[in-house]
Amino acid sequence: MIEKALKGSRGYWAWVALLLVLIGLGISAYARQMSLGLGVTGMGRDISWGVYIAQFTFLVGVAASAVMVVLPYYLHNQKAFSKIVIVGEFLAVSAALMCMLFILADMGKPQRVLNVLLYPSPHSMVFWDVMVLNGYLFINLISGWAVLGAERKGVPPAPWTRPLIYLSIPWAFSIHTVTAFLFAGLPSRHLWLTAVLAPRFLASAFAAGTALLILITFILKRVAAFDAGQEARSKLAVLSAYAGTANFFFLGTEFFTAFYSNVPAHKQSLQYLFFGLEGHAPFVPWMWLSVITGLVSVGVLMAPSLRRQSNWLIAACTGLVLSIWIDKGVGLVIGGFVPSPLEEIVDYMPTATELSVTLGIWAIGLLVLTVLLKTAIAVKTQE
Amino acid sequence: MNQDRRDFIRKAGIGALAGIGAAAGLIPLFALEKTDLSVFSDKPVPGKTRWGMLVDTRKCGEGCTECIVRCHHDHNVPDFGKSKSEVKWIWKSGYEQAFPTASKQFQSSDLAHRKVLTLCNHCAEPPCTRACPTEATFRRWDGIVSMDYHRCIGCRFCMAACPYGSRSFNWQDPRPALKTLSPAYPTRERGVVEKCNFCSERLAKGQLPACVESCPEKALSFGDLNDPKSEIRMMLASNETMQRKPELGTLPSVFYII
Repeated sequence: MIEKALKGSRGYWAWVALLLVLIGLGISAYARQMSLGLGVTGMGRDISWGVYIAQFTFLVGVAASAVMVVLPYYLHNQKAFSKIVIVGEFLAVSAALMCMLFILADMGKPQRVLNVLLYPSPHSMVFWDVMVLNGYLFINLISGWAVLGAERKGVPPAPWTRPLIYLSIPWAFSIHTVTAFLFAGLPSRHLWLTAVLAPRFLASAFAAGTALLILITFILKRVAAFDAGQEARSKLAVLSAYAGTANFFFLGTEFFTAFYSNVPAHKQSLQYLFFGLEGHAPFVPWMWLSVITGLVSVGVLMAPSLRRQSNWLIAACTGLVLSIWIDKGVGLVIGGFVPSPLEEIVDYMPTATELSVTLGIWAIGLLVLTVLLKTAIAVKTQE
Repeated sequence: MNQDRRDFIRKAGIGALAGIGAAAGLIPLFALEKTDLSVFSDKPVPGKTRWGMLVDTRKCGEGCTECIVRCHHDHNVPDFGKSKSEVKWIWKSGYEQAFPTASKQFQSSDLAHRKVLTLCNHCAEPPCTRACPTEATFRRWDGIVSMDYHRCIGCRFCMAACPYGSRSFNWQDPRPALKTLSPAYPTRERGVVEKCNFCSERLAKGQLPACVESCPEKALSFGDLNDPKSEIRMMLASNETMQRKPELGTLPSVFYII
């Protein structure tokens, strides 16, 4: 079936070539990081995680959002999602793969990664995260591929795919809950030490991931003449709007608890991110851009007259993805380290090497997604 | 040699090896690296010991860095000269930085300018060992929170989990940054986390930790917190002391007289 990805237009091959160039750039930057150490990144003693872990956190959300098409299609028999469900599953596969690559890129000793399995430590949330992320990748890859293979042969999917697909639904919730628990269980990191982190992660995931899925259907419509359907898009837009609302509600509750209680430790990270702390305010414009774009986008998605127009829908989805990417893919992880346990405020700026590795991993994910979707569309359009 | 004798010798050999192995694992006194407790006041029960330290900040000399220099030399801690990739096992912090939740208003100027010696607290409930996905950092039978540099994958979860900033990561190869090489303790590679080990390699020889030994003011006391008759417990009983961030429930084994 994969051979279908080897037949494409000039535009397709140009896109693949571009991704390969970016992957090459990423690999050369990673080689530099491997030979000199993680000191080539902007991370340091006080901000000990950076762009890598932040991208990982954002992408777990993208992976989890496949449930927003799988659940309505398989549990509620929503026929509108019949063409988009495979797009969601394959997006989850590529996002989960990128998550694992970002974790690997962040490790000081990646050659020892199997120690996580050789010395299983159930008390460590990382152990559970490795388990659920790998599981989620394979569940989606196997079930998506099997259903697609059956469709190609014109037969109903094998009976074992059903339970596997049902399993993927709670599994999607588990990956993002466990990812939130990576952060939410650490004492003295007050931005993360909050019970609302897991619900907020799920809400922001379902908002941004669904919006990204809508954007991908627009791209596929344009470049591959594959339309997942207006009805599927408008249903997803509503889901995205409500998930986005929940996300901003949770963010609001964080602000209330921190600033009404007036406990300094609870306020400091939010102050640093949104208002600046002791003269350090590198993220302030970004965080407000995130909040304003996010709220406006949710407003547009809520209005039926606006979300029915493709231009408005594309703009709102782009805005929501950008908003949550800034919030989760930048602010949340780095903000959690400020102030440091010794009350120091250290600023973080990613280096060119770090950004090249990041770009390279995104390119790997996009290449895998491209190949998978190319195959899926070839089967569905019976080329 | 007949079959029976050969069998007997082989079985006896395996038995002896297994016996030594089991004894070393089960009974700490038989272990190859053992803590000789004879130099300390009382002989604690193996598995019940909890090493602890008491820092008398009143005695700690202003501007004195004897313990820091000695520790960092003995343990081959690199000095890169920049804070971003800094590695440190023991260092001086401001009073407010070490005790951020302690009272801050209307302090005496002495307290406001007091420097406090900070190091790994060897918590009885360490968040770092809980976060570690490979058991590369773990709590030993004597309460020391230890590191296995050969198992650490460099994920830095322990650094995010530590509420005291006591852990450092080797952002680059530490060896070129060592001015003199100490034979007392192995050097590390880049890509792993390290921190104070309460001088477990010295305790094994019956010596006090390097910082305690090197302090010219005798500001540091070391001993078994589980032994009510130990010197450190006597001092804890007769002085008002503080632990860092006690509200987090980590139960630090390092105490301070302010």
